[in-house]
Amino acid sequence: MPQNADNVLDHFNLFRQPEYKEMFENKKKNFENPVPDPELERVREWTKTEEYREKNFAREALTVNPAKACQPLGAVFASLGFEKTIPFVHGSQGCVAYYRSHFSRHFKEPTSCVSSSMTEDAAVFGGLNNMIDGLANTYNMYKPKMISVSTTCMAEVIGDDLNAFIKTSKEKGSVPQEYDVPFAHTPAFVGSHITGYDNVMKGIVEHFWDGKAGTAPKLERVANEKINFIGGFDGYTVGNIREIKRIFNSMGVEYTIFGDNSDVWDTPTDGEFRMYDGGTTLEDAANAIHARATISMQQYCTEKTLPLIANHGQDTVAFNHPIGVNGTDEFLMAISRISGKPISEELTKERGRLVDAIADSAAHIHGKKFAIYGDPDLCLGLTAFLLELGAEPVHVLSTNGGKAWAEKTEKLLASSPFGKDCHVYAGKDLWHMRSLLFTEPVDFLIGNTYGKYLERDTGTPLIRIGFPIFDRHHYHRYPVWGYQGAMNVLVWILDKIFDEIDRNTNVVAKSDYSFDIIR
Amino acid sequence: MASLRQIAFYGKGGIGKSTTSQNTLAALAEMGNKILIVGCDPKADSTRLILHQKAQDTILSLAAEAGSVEDLEIEDVMKIGFNDIRCVESGGPEPGVGCAGRGVITSINFLEENGAYEGVDYVSYDVLGDVVCGGFAMPIRENKAQEIYIVMSGEMMAMYAANNISKGILKYANSGGVRLGGLVCNERQTDKEYELADSLAKKLGTQLIYFVPRDNIVQHAELRRMTVIEFAPESKQAEHYRNLATKVHGNVGNGKIPTPITMDELEDLLMEHGIMKAVDESEIGKSAAELGLAASA
Repeated sequence: MPQNADNVLDHFNLFRQPEYKEMFENKKKNFENPVPDPELERVREWTKTEEYREKNFAREALTVNPAKACQPLGAVFASLGFEKTIPFVHGSQGCVAYYRSHFSRHFKEPTSCVSSSMTEDAAVFGGLNNMIDGLANTYNMYKPKMISVSTTCMAEVIGDDLNAFIKTSKEKGSVPQEYDVPFAHTPAFVGSHITGYDNVMKGIVEHFWDGKAGTAPKLERVANEKINFIGGFDGYTVGNIREIKRIFNSMGVEYTIFGDNSDVWDTPTDGEFRMYDGGTTLEDAANAIHARATISMQQYCTEKTLPLIANHGQDTVAFNHPIGVNGTDEFLMAISRISGKPISEELTKERGRLVDAIADSAAHIHGKKFAIYGDPDLCLGLTAFLLELGAEPVHVLSTNGGKAWAEKTEKLLASSPFGKDCHVYAGKDLWHMRSLLFTEPVDFLIGNTYGKYLERDTGTPLIRIGFPIFDRHHYHRYPVWGYQGAMNVLVWILDKIFDEIDRNTNVVAKSDYSFDIIR
Repeated sequence: MASLRQIAFYGKGGIGKSTTSQNTLAALAEMGNKILIVGCDPKADSTRLILHQKAQDTILSLAAEAGSVEDLEIEDVMKIGFNDIRCVESGGPEPGVGCAGRGVITSINFLEENGAYEGVDYVSYDVLGDVVCGGFAMPIRENKAQEIYIVMSGEMMAMYAANNISKGILKYANSGGVRLGGLVCNERQTDKEYELADSLAKKLGTQLIYFVPRDNIVQHAELRRMTVIEFAPESKQAEHYRNLATKVHGNVGNGKIPTPITMDELEDLLMEHGIMKAVDESEIGKSAAELGLAASA
């Protein structure tokens, strides 16, 4: 065998040794039922054609690589934004393993979350006993300050009623009567992770403001000057929330980050393990009712939460993941209008620096064609920024975007001459995107880690922006909001553009007359 | 929204639940109430007499066509029938496949989220058979139906079902606000039917809110896909349904937490009224031949 303890080969090299090469060939020949190479090539080429694209878009009964996750993932995200809160997922165990690993692969941090471990008997008799035991175990073992309950497919199909179950559990003494157990029904087969985020946020608002499921008096709103900020499901939450705090502080605005995951997924290694770190305090969550207004950074993540907040008498403003000069302008002006505080000198300077940077690089971005996919709000934010840069979005695709999102995106595109050749695809998947990239090629693709398969297939360079990013580290630490955030996005786009120019000009004595030091 | 009254009709299959509920609701509409009927039965026949046809566009069939319930508009599924009663059928799978209970949850969530309950005085759920799974208990979760009316008759199995449904209500009554509004006895002309129904109601800690006598006119109306209220408004039977409607209307806040009984107690009840003869323990499980009885006994 080529591997030996004195000279350990890593997998890149190990599997290229003759023994492995032979093994792979035999595996293919004997077990993979291979078709002759010309036939393989013929079909591969056919999948790149207009004809195939038409068939692909006529597809009804099959989804291939959807760019979305399920409600409970968003539920866990939202739950973790609160102080010493453990998400409790009512359902079978494997589901929770998925949420935990998914977040840990993106944020490179452990993610605490428990399951009520429903099995066959619970499916038949209902999961009440799992709730009773699960809440008691969670409360006693992990000593959380709050347990935020959501559901999976299984609990939803058999119709478990969280409200009744939690009340019964409290009567049976699983947790004290006055202990905070907000809940939300989050069937995984409805909507996507942003729906789950919304449902849990709504559940938490309802819990703290509307009398804790009948166990406490409803809160009476006494308006103050604060602003609530809800970030939405966001892969950049660590960097973004810290940037948002800096912006609020810079303007001297009093605020509550309603759902603050920034420390939860960025706990320092200093010798002390903390299961919980940071998060919105429960006191702040309750007092958020008194705020003057609530700002949602992602409209489609708060479609139910925001109207509920508005019903309590607050002003509400929703953005679509604003990225760039105009998006940040609108965001800051809204804060200024609501709070009566001027936009600070510091931020004004940052704006100037961003505009300066964009001007410096405009020649390289202008006219470049882009395909974008991701969550509906992120797609809107990125599209707006590209238009601002003079780039030309060509395909904007969101698997969890609906009709209203598509109309809003089309309106945005119509507002700029750079958007006139762009099409919007709501509810489509990454296999649709593959056809689009072959039949209407673009210069760059913006998307999450799964975009690397499209990059490999179609040769379209991928700029990694979105969730999840598994195969690059630490991007979640950088903000994409605010002028500073836009600067980061600008740099990521430019880096890829310059890498591509270098890659296309580096053949010695053939194309290297353009292999320049200065770009 | 504060004055919105939500009620539900439960009962053994084939007991005349849909007929009774539609006639009652037609009478309530006649009294000037704005009504929404939510049919929670895969057979989708809870609104047939109000609409004069079986509703074709059920929420779940349209959702299946459109791909998801989020793609539906409320106008697609809500039909207006007799006396401006709004009708929605949840629908559901064919017998033997899928999960009708989940369908009920999906439908009710859809209706609530899309404002179907705005501007009505009454929402009435018509739910199939027994409370067989969590989904069919959806209408009795907190902030849904406040009172449940169980349609039954003097037959043993109908009473058994009524008792079972009470068990379901009890489960939710402790943690939520749902109450048993009363029993509605649909006459089958069995022996001592009124007395039986009345004592069962008492045992369950509730009232026999109305005893609907049997009348062939119901059958005639049914064949024409109409309620008696519409088909023969002057008839005696229509008057009975109006009385029932008045009682239901006045029953607000009078619901009780039911006190379901055991099977033995139920049998005792039948014996008390002489419907069943007391049987010696030693005779249980013995055939007529073994006991030396004539086969016809």
